[in-house]
Amino acid sequence: MNLQHPLARSPVTGRTRPFIIDLAVAACALAIFFAIIRTGVYWMGRPVTVVPISNAIGALPVYAFYSIVRMSIAYLLSLIFAITYGYVAAYNPRVEPWMVAVLDILQSIPVLSFLPPVVLAMVALVPGHQMGIEMGVILLIFTGQVWNLAFSFYSSLKSIPKEMVEASRVYRYSAWQRFWQLEMPYATIGLIWNSIVSVAGGWFALIACEMFTMGDRNFQLPGLGSYLQTATASGDIRALLSGIAAVILIVVATDQLIWRPLIAWSDKFKFEQVESADRIASPILELLRRSTLSAIPGRIFAHVEEPIYRRMARTKECQVVHPLDEGEIRGKSSAGLWVLAVAASGAVCWGAAQAIFMLKTVTWPDLRLLLEGAAATFLRVNVSLLISAAWTVPVGVAIGFNPKLARIVQPLAQILASVPATAFFPILLIGLIQIGGGLGIGSIALMLLGTQWYILFNVIAGAISIPSDLREVASLYRFTRWQRWTKLILPGIFPYLITGMVTASGGAWNASVFAEYFHMPGRTLETIGLGAQIDAATASGRFPILLLATILISLMVVTMNRLVWRRLYRLAETRYKLEG
Amino acid sequence: MQETVIPTAAPNPAPVSEAIIRAEKIEKYYAQPSQNRIQVISATDLKIVPGEILALLGPSGSGKSTMLRMLSGLSTPTAGQVYWHEKPIADAEINVSIVFQSFALFPWLTVLENVEAPLQARGVSPDERRERSMKMLDTVGLDGFEAAYPKELSGGMKQRVGFARALVVEPEVLFMDEPFSALDVLTAENLRSELLELWANKTMPTKAVFLVTHNIEEAVLLADRIIVLGRNPGHIRTDFRVQLAQPRDRKSEPFTQLVDYIYKVLTKPDVAPAEAPDPQAGPRIRDQRQMHYQMLPHARPGGMAGLLELLLDKGGRDDIYRLAEDLAFEIDDLLPIVDAAQLLGFLNIEEGDAAITESGTEFANSEILRQKELFRDAAVEHVLLLRQIRRALESKSDHTVPEDFFLDMLDEQFSEEECLRQMETAVAWGRYAELFDFDAGRRRFVLPDMQDEDAAASEDAK
Ligand SMILES: Nc1ncnc2c1ncn2[C@@H]1O[C@H](COP(=O)(O)OP(=O)(O)O)[C@@H](O)[C@H]1O
Ligand SMILES: [Mg+2]
Repeated sequence: MNLQHPLARSPVTGRTRPFIIDLAVAACALAIFFAIIRTGVYWMGRPVTVVPISNAIGALPVYAFYSIVRMSIAYLLSLIFAITYGYVAAYNPRVEPWMVAVLDILQSIPVLSFLPPVVLAMVALVPGHQMGIEMGVILLIFTGQVWNLAFSFYSSLKSIPKEMVEASRVYRYSAWQRFWQLEMPYATIGLIWNSIVSVAGGWFALIACEMFTMGDRNFQLPGLGSYLQTATASGDIRALLSGIAAVILIVVATDQLIWRPLIAWSDKFKFEQVESADRIASPILELLRRSTLSAIPGRIFAHVEEPIYRRMARTKECQVVHPLDEGEIRGKSSAGLWVLAVAASGAVCWGAAQAIFMLKTVTWPDLRLLLEGAAATFLRVNVSLLISAAWTVPVGVAIGFNPKLARIVQPLAQILASVPATAFFPILLIGLIQIGGGLGIGSIALMLLGTQWYILFNVIAGAISIPSDLREVASLYRFTRWQRWTKLILPGIFPYLITGMVTASGGAWNASVFAEYFHMPGRTLETIGLGAQIDAATASGRFPILLLATILISLMVVTMNRLVWRRLYRLAETRYKLEG
Repeated sequence: MQETVIPTAAPNPAPVSEAIIRAEKIEKYYAQPSQNRIQVISATDLKIVPGEILALLGPSGSGKSTMLRMLSGLSTPTAGQVYWHEKPIADAEINVSIVFQSFALFPWLTVLENVEAPLQARGVSPDERRERSMKMLDTVGLDGFEAAYPKELSGGMKQRVGFARALVVEPEVLFMDEPFSALDVLTAENLRSELLELWANKTMPTKAVFLVTHNIEEAVLLADRIIVLGRNPGHIRTDFRVQLAQPRDRKSEPFTQLVDYIYKVLTKPDVAPAEAPDPQAGPRIRDQRQMHYQMLPHARPGGMAGLLELLLDKGGRDDIYRLAEDLAFEIDDLLPIVDAAQLLGFLNIEEGDAAITESGTEFANSEILRQKELFRDAAVEHVLLLRQIRRALESKSDHTVPEDFFLDMLDEQFSEEECLRQMETAVAWGRYAELFDFDAGRRRFVLPDMQDEDAAASEDAK
């Protein structure tokens, strides 16, 4: 082996089948170019609020394309915003508690209820172009995706081992170098897993909100969501099924072409002292690694980077060692910051006052209805959680104890968790109505469809993590089945179960907004619930009700998080930690 | 002590040479999550001068790492000032490196990239970066491993990378924070001698080395000057030069004498050191607040029993240093056990020897139940915290007290982390002595079942 210059990429070796790949990559570049132009033309066109949707299957690729573009833009924006937000929060002790609190609350608010005001605002902001409406929808998906990403990045930054931070300080890394060599690598794995969850949530919302009615205005954007809803409205089952197939295809392709390679690649960022045995394999990543083109981004980056490093090294900033605790000691506060803080709090107060003022038009009967709805939705969410837990725990444990099966089912559960349940909802409802069920059951089914996979995924992981010697001890002492479950299995999977249920509960609340109100051909299905009231208020343009309902949902979610989930979490961390 | 011409280490003729780093009355306080602030370092003067390896020695938690961070500019003293060539360190362009106990390598970078990174930070061109790094890897014996990732290497090799990274920037002062304590004994020994060799041959351009360690032998083996740090809050107890020729022989008489001497200093935290060759240390400021809790050494009762039995076997008295050897213990693992036994009055330290006391003898000779009783008596008599917990439990009608109650009191005296460790040790001792039990779920102390407890019965009447 030639170790003289191990970093130099040898141009000859490894060129086994590069041409097809290189051609493909080049083709991709061309396609992207075309796509950008196409999107630009459409976006810059005159605003058409109701773009006619064709039921033809041949039109599907175009719709899928538009949806994917929306999704990608929203995701990229979230990623950039999340990183900026996490960075600012982690390094500014003054605003840190505020920013974390904002994260905590926004993470738990179901975004779908914001759709109408957001779209209105964006249409007003970008008048005369289709982009306004599009931006509204994109912004909405963005707000659904961004918070857990931001939180993941923030907590990664906070948990970087102290000695590594010290090393970066004492060796006088610039902020640039610290970001690329320490902070970003350390945060990558968390960002990837949270991206998977975020994008899944994004699809869920996107399918639901490409087509909606607000007051007397209809909005309908070309995309998979609109296609599915139109197909339902016209009762075209064939179109409906092919739409669902397209959605699944996209999810599976995303998983195989993006997430798996990313997870496999991110293995090198694992913070471990010794190499672990099991890794996720990704043939796509292997292919990419073999392509000579894969070296190009690195080389371009190096070219951009070198001058930056040289310039940074000459700044005063990089010639002294910065103490880690400088923030605590020099508590100087500039006047500008104060002015900013005062202005911000003034604006917030004004906004809050206006909002509360708006609530004055809500009548007592309205309020009673809302509270009833809140109770119903609360019940529904928790019933769906219980049902999920009831079947996923035994099944997940059985799967987890069988390593071969687990290896197959776990990635499958991950994919299933990413399939937007909203795509199945119409067909599910049609079926339910035929056998005499109603939306009450349907909404629970939707929540189940969307959320149970997170629990399953985590329970399997928990069961795998139970050390096999503990299981052997249990069988050695002839534990009864009851003892096995209460003494070994439940404590063992508890932390994982809680993690899964927290994720699932967030998803279920979000789903409730969509699940309790549905336009069918000829009629509107509705069941009692907060989500239904949000939808009804949207349809009739009653913003005060919308606002109050959103506040109620947020309050319930935040309270549940505080009172139940956080405590269970702490319990899981302290008592039920299996040191394996 | 032996007077020899020292061929490699500090050439004595220039003792007045200008300090590279000079600390003037530096103090450090840490804010606790509660409103309290605790003092970790009391006002201390210290100089790092060219040409010497300076070892900072002290029990864990005495503030050695804190001191190192202040001297290297990573942490700002709460009071006082650190100077780099007589310029305040915050504004000076300083050139130092740190070798960390946990290596602190970046796992996503290859060995070569890890070593190149500090050069990159200084704007060195790619070619020069690679050349210098490769040379340094060669020097530390890692040629051929440059493309490996740290996780593929053994602990010793990882620390070699740590050294290469530290030395590649040609630091004026090389700081090391317990660089060998995460390694096994043999590997550590190897690395130490290689480091000495580099230093002696002037292979590294480094002018001074500052070594933090809690290992006495390591300090005596390497250092030209040793500073012993006491704790609560950290203060210099003694500061002296080591006048032994390199290479030093662990078995030689002067060597063991010096180790013994340091032992004596360390095991008697309350007595001023007998003869400190160079009483350059600043005014010794003990804590201003009254300290009423002793620091519980983190030792298990079982360990104490084992030590006392061994001691009895040896006729009741033996050199601590030898005991450690007999037990195949790292000497600093033994120290907490000795401290604990001393605290409970089971043994005394005299001239570096451990001598068993009467109660210690009885303890060692008893069977387990009796041992628990003796331990209980000793604990209640000598350990304030345990006494308080027991009293509180007995006087409350429901016989339980939350852990927080005592944590709040400890918090005035110890850092958060130390509070938790103190509590952990207190729980271990209290459980062993059956003084109380601890409900980890509710984080409360509870009285154990009182069937056979006559002591508590009378208090119960209310
Ligand atoms: N960042 C910190 N915040 C609060 N307490 C700290 C911090 N760093 C260290 N301490 C406390 O200061 C004391 C000295 O710590 P340290 O310098 O790490 O000791 P040593 O290196 O000698 O073991 C310990 O009690 C430790 O718990
Ligand atoms: Mg330390």
